[in-house]
Amino acid sequence: MTGFSPAEASTPDTFAPVEIGLHGVRKRFSDQVAVDGISLNVHEGEFFSVLGPSGCGKTTVLRMIAGFVDPDEGRIELDGNDMVGVPPYRRDVNTVFQSYALFPHMSVWDNVAYGLKRKKVRGAELEKRVGEHLELVRLAQFAKRRPAQLSGGQQQRVAIARALAAGPRLLLLDEPLGALDAKLRKELQIELMRIQREVGTTFLYVTHDQEEALVLSHRIAVMNAGKIEQVGYPEDVYERPATRFVAGFIGTSNILDAEVSGVDGGFVALTAPGAVNLRAKFAGGVSRGRKVAATVRPEKVHLFDEAAEPPTGWCVLRGVVQDVVYTGVSTQFVVGTPGGELVAFVQNAQRIDDAGAPGQPVRMAWDPEFTVLLESSDG
Amino acid sequence: MKRRPWALGAVVAVVFLFLYAPIAWLAIASFNSSRSLSRISGFSLQWYEELADDSRVFGSLRLSLQLALSSAVIATVIGTLAAFGLRRAFPGRGLWTVLLSLPLVVPEVVMGVAMLGFFVKLAGVPLGFGALLFAHVAFSLSFVVVVVRSRVSGMDARMEEAAADLGASPFVVFRTVTLPLVAPAVVAGAAFAFLLSFDDVVISSYLTGVGSTTLPVFVYAQASKRGISPEIVALSTLMVTATALLLIIGVVVASWRARRAGSTAKLAG
Repeated sequence: MTGFSPAEASTPDTFAPVEIGLHGVRKRFSDQVAVDGISLNVHEGEFFSVLGPSGCGKTTVLRMIAGFVDPDEGRIELDGNDMVGVPPYRRDVNTVFQSYALFPHMSVWDNVAYGLKRKKVRGAELEKRVGEHLELVRLAQFAKRRPAQLSGGQQQRVAIARALAAGPRLLLLDEPLGALDAKLRKELQIELMRIQREVGTTFLYVTHDQEEALVLSHRIAVMNAGKIEQVGYPEDVYERPATRFVAGFIGTSNILDAEVSGVDGGFVALTAPGAVNLRAKFAGGVSRGRKVAATVRPEKVHLFDEAAEPPTGWCVLRGVVQDVVYTGVSTQFVVGTPGGELVAFVQNAQRIDDAGAPGQPVRMAWDPEFTVLLESSDG
Repeated sequence: MKRRPWALGAVVAVVFLFLYAPIAWLAIASFNSSRSLSRISGFSLQWYEELADDSRVFGSLRLSLQLALSSAVIATVIGTLAAFGLRRAFPGRGLWTVLLSLPLVVPEVVMGVAMLGFFVKLAGVPLGFGALLFAHVAFSLSFVVVVVRSRVSGMDARMEEAAADLGASPFVVFRTVTLPLVAPAVVAGAAFAFLLSFDDVVISSYLTGVGSTTLPVFVYAQASKRGISPEIVALSTLMVTATALLLIIGVVVASWRARRAGSTAKLAG
C-alpha cells in the first residue's frame, strides 16, 4: 500500500503469544464487500482497537470473531484453532453490545450470572463470581434491580460485567460507549482502562471515535472500506500515518502535493509551490521526480511574521492568514498558501501577538522531522 | 380560561352512565322477583335457580368452554409459530402478513357463510363441535398473529445474540430469553382468542348442530324466539360477570409483571 511508512515494522511482538489471528478474512454481503481480505494479530492481554468510519466493516470483523457471521474466505484462529463454523455458544469469546442487550426480564444479578450458569457454575461459586464482577463494575448495590431501573452508563457496566463474568479468552466491545453522552463517555473510558488492567483479559474494541481509540488502546488497527490501512501504537498512527486516509481520519493533517528532488543526508528533499527547504525523514522507497504527499500535523507548525526568522533547517511555507479561531487552549490559524489552505494550531502560551489578523502575510515553519511522506493520492 | 372540574366530572359521569347503566340494569333485573323487566318488585334468586335446573344451559356452557379453550390453544400455537416465521425475511413476506390479517376486516356474516360453505358443504365436516372448532381457529388465528407479531418484531435480536454469545444453545436461548420476553403477548393473544370464541354469535350460528349450541347462540335463540325472559337475563348477568373477572385478572397480572420488570413488560393487547 505504501512505500515509505514504517507501518509493517510498527507491529512489534512485544506482547504474549498471538491470541486471536485473522488470516485473509473476506466477507461479502449480497451487493457489497464488507471485509476485503484482512489479516490481524491480537496478543494476549492487549487492549486492541479497530478504528474506522461507519460502514468500514469493523463491526463485521467483530461479529465474525463472535461467530454471528461466518467469513466467506480466510481463517479466524483463537489460540491457534480455526473458529470458522464454530457456533457463538461454543466460542470462548464474549461481546459487549452497543445497545447493551441486557435481558429485561432478569435482575442485574441474573444477567451477570447468565453466562456462568450456562457453564454449569452453581451454588457458592456462582455467588462468589457474580459478586466479584458486580464489585468490579461497582454495581454491587444494584444486584436486585432490573436493567430498566438503571441509567445508560450503569446498564453498560452491567453488560461489561455480564460478558466478563463468563470468563472469556477475549472480550469484544462493539462501540460500547456510542450511546452515551460525552461526559459519561469520558468517565467510562477511564473505567474501561481500569477494568482491563484489573482483569487482564484481552479487549478487542471497535469504535469510530479516534480520540477514544488513542486514549484507550495499546494498539490500533485503522480500517477503511473493508481493508486495514495501518496497525500500530497510538503514537504511530497519529505521528506517522501510513496512508492519506489515516492522516485525515485521525486528527487533522495538512497535506501538500510535492515532488521528490533528491536525497540529502538522512532527509528527502522536496519541491512544492511556495515551499522553501521542504524536507522529510528518509524512509526508503523514494526516487527523484516521484510525486508524493507531504503531510504535517497542525500543532507542529509554527507561525512567523516578517520580523522573526524561523530556525535554520526548518521547512518554510509562505502564506496569508485567512481565518483565526480562538479555542481557549490554542488558536487555529487557517493560512492560504500556494499549495492550498493549511492549518496551524498555536498554543496560546507561545502565540505571537501580531500574527493574528486575517490578511497578514506569515511564514509557516516546522521541523522536517515532522513531515510525513505519503502516496500522492489514495488511488 | 377558567377551569371547571365539575363540568369534566359531569361529562365523565354521563359517559359511564351511558356505558354501564344497561349492564347494571341487567344485573338488577336478574334478581327481580317478578317476571316483569320494567318493574322491580323484590329480591329473588328464582331465575338463577331455574337456570341451574336447565340442562340445555349447562350443555351450551360446556360446549362453549370446550370450544373456546381448544380453539384458543390451537390458534395460539399456530399464531405464535406464524409470528416467529414472519420475523425472518423471505420472498412474499409482506403478502403473507397481509393475508394473515385479512380475516380481521372481513365481515363476520361473510365469514360465517364462507365457513359453512367450505368446511361443511365442501369438506364434509359435520355441523357441531368439529365445524365450530375449525371456524373459531380460523378467525381467532389472525388476532393471535397480530398481537404476538407486534411483540416479536419489536424485540431486539441482539438480546438473543447476547444469550448465544454467553454460551446458550439455540434451545436454551429460546427457553430463557425469547419465550419469557414474548410470553406476555402470547398470553394476551390466547386470552383474546378465548374471548373471541366464547363471545361469538354470528359465525357460530351458521355452524351449530342439533344439540350442540354455544352459549351465546343459545341466548340469542332464546331471546329472539321468546323475548327476553328473566332466565336469559340471569344467564347474561353471569356471562358479563365471568368476562369482567377474566379481564380484571388479566389487568392485575399484567401490571404486577410490569412492576416487576420495570417498564419493559408492556402487555401487547
